[in-house]
Amino acid sequence: MSKDPVSETPHVVVEDLVFRRGRKLIFDGLSLTVPRGRVTTVMGPSGTGKTTLLRLIGGQLRPDSGRIWVDGEEVARLSNRRLYALRKRMGMLFQTGALLTDMNVFENVAFPLREHTRLPEELIRNLVLMKLEAVGLRGASDLSPAQLSGGMARRVALARAIALDPDMILYDEPFAGLDPITMGQIVTLIQRTNKTLGLTSVLVTHDVVEAMAISDQVVLIAEGRVMDSGTAEEVRAGASEWSKQFLGGYPDGPVPFHYPGSSYRDDLLNGAGRDRD
Amino acid sequence: MIEFLSGLGRSGLHWLAVLGRASAFLFRVLLAQDAVVRRFRLTLAEIYSVGVRSMLIIMVSGLFVGMVLGYQGYITLVNFGAAEALGGVVALSLVRELGPVVTALLFAGRAGSALTAEIGLMKTTEQLSAMEMMAVDPYRRVFAPRFFAGFLSMPLLAALFSAVGVMGGYIVGVGLLGVDSGSYFSQMQAVTDWHEDVMSGVIKSIVFGFVVTWIAVFQGFDAEPTSEGISRATTQTVVVSALAVLGLDFILTGLMFGDM
Repeated sequence: MSKDPVSETPHVVVEDLVFRRGRKLIFDGLSLTVPRGRVTTVMGPSGTGKTTLLRLIGGQLRPDSGRIWVDGEEVARLSNRRLYALRKRMGMLFQTGALLTDMNVFENVAFPLREHTRLPEELIRNLVLMKLEAVGLRGASDLSPAQLSGGMARRVALARAIALDPDMILYDEPFAGLDPITMGQIVTLIQRTNKTLGLTSVLVTHDVVEAMAISDQVVLIAEGRVMDSGTAEEVRAGASEWSKQFLGGYPDGPVPFHYPGSSYRDDLLNGAGRDRD
Repeated sequence: MIEFLSGLGRSGLHWLAVLGRASAFLFRVLLAQDAVVRRFRLTLAEIYSVGVRSMLIIMVSGLFVGMVLGYQGYITLVNFGAAEALGGVVALSLVRELGPVVTALLFAGRAGSALTAEIGLMKTTEQLSAMEMMAVDPYRRVFAPRFFAGFLSMPLLAALFSAVGVMGGYIVGVGLLGVDSGSYFSQMQAVTDWHEDVMSGVIKSIVFGFVVTWIAVFQGFDAEPTSEGISRATTQTVVVSALAVLGLDFILTGLMFGDM
């Protein structure tokens, strides 16, 4: 943990990543680097494989080709033991929170501590309360996950993700489906955890405004590769046609409004009565 | 015809693939069995949830099955003036066949479906992924204790079923139909062999416990992470378990009693 929180060696390096799901090509030679101690946001339309990218970084999936290094270790080549050791140094915030439903809020945050440390109960209690206080939910420690709203569940999951004081947190769609107040809370928490703990943060999202506001680096991906990357200003300024459409939220452009198909005219005039099976 | 054959081939390949995944899964679960001892409290909680909470349905069913056996056995035996042999008939039917088989079917419906739904839901809500990302192995934390709990509970539940069934037969035969109480138990003792009858039933219940729990835990793990996927997996657990139990019962009976 003696590493410089904002050093020049990148925390994550993805090189020529190719990944297929069935016959569908998700990544086609994707390369990117995530600087240490900064907030990097990976944005792209739904279905571009943003969550898949996080799972590849976390070693839950293996690339078909290409390499991914996290903290200098090549993830796909690690033994189970070393992969688990690496994962102890990274937290992941799932879109739904993914809290364990058979435990209350307190036990959920205590879970990684109980699993990986032999700390006395009193110390675990204090640590959990500190983490919960950091996300503003110390008062909710006795609630069960079913009693939490979506935003609260994500905050508890964040408390759990930072329980072991990781070097890096992966956020999977942290803003999806939140009301403006909760969204603001999550944005503040991500910024605060990044600054106070010196963490590397990787966000995948398609919420442009929030992500651009807090990111040190933005990477836009689509069609399996990087479309644009740089600081928020750089991406905005030098945006390609595709990036302009994505960042501006225009309904038509390089990404067509219509799903590819046969000609509309032909379909209407000649298609009547044809077997659609 | 070609379509039928290709459909048959596809379905065959599908089931072969499922069997392959299930075997690989079982192998990893068996490798993780050290967690049963290391996480003993977790295992105990699962034994409670899978075994203890199935006791009521097993006991009630055992009582009724025993009572019906008492009735049916008496009606047949009394024609031959052999009503005193009722205890033996009830006990043999229960320990050899009905105890293990009916318990396994009920166990698949009660505990197996619950295991599948629970694990399937954990998968759908990304709890299993979250555990992996927290460097906690779900095979040790989730699957191994549940598998062991089912494997252990099933033979005990089958024994309970048979014991309660014997009492059910006693209530009807001795209490209602007037068979002599001493004959009921002495006949039972005389015709029931420890190795041949009781142990064969125990072996059956151990095999059924293994297979039903394997199917239940695997179906949850392999479920498509949608509500429809979980519903399908739960149904599969009950259907596949029932077929497996009945098929295996035939094979085991043949091996243990017949000259196949």
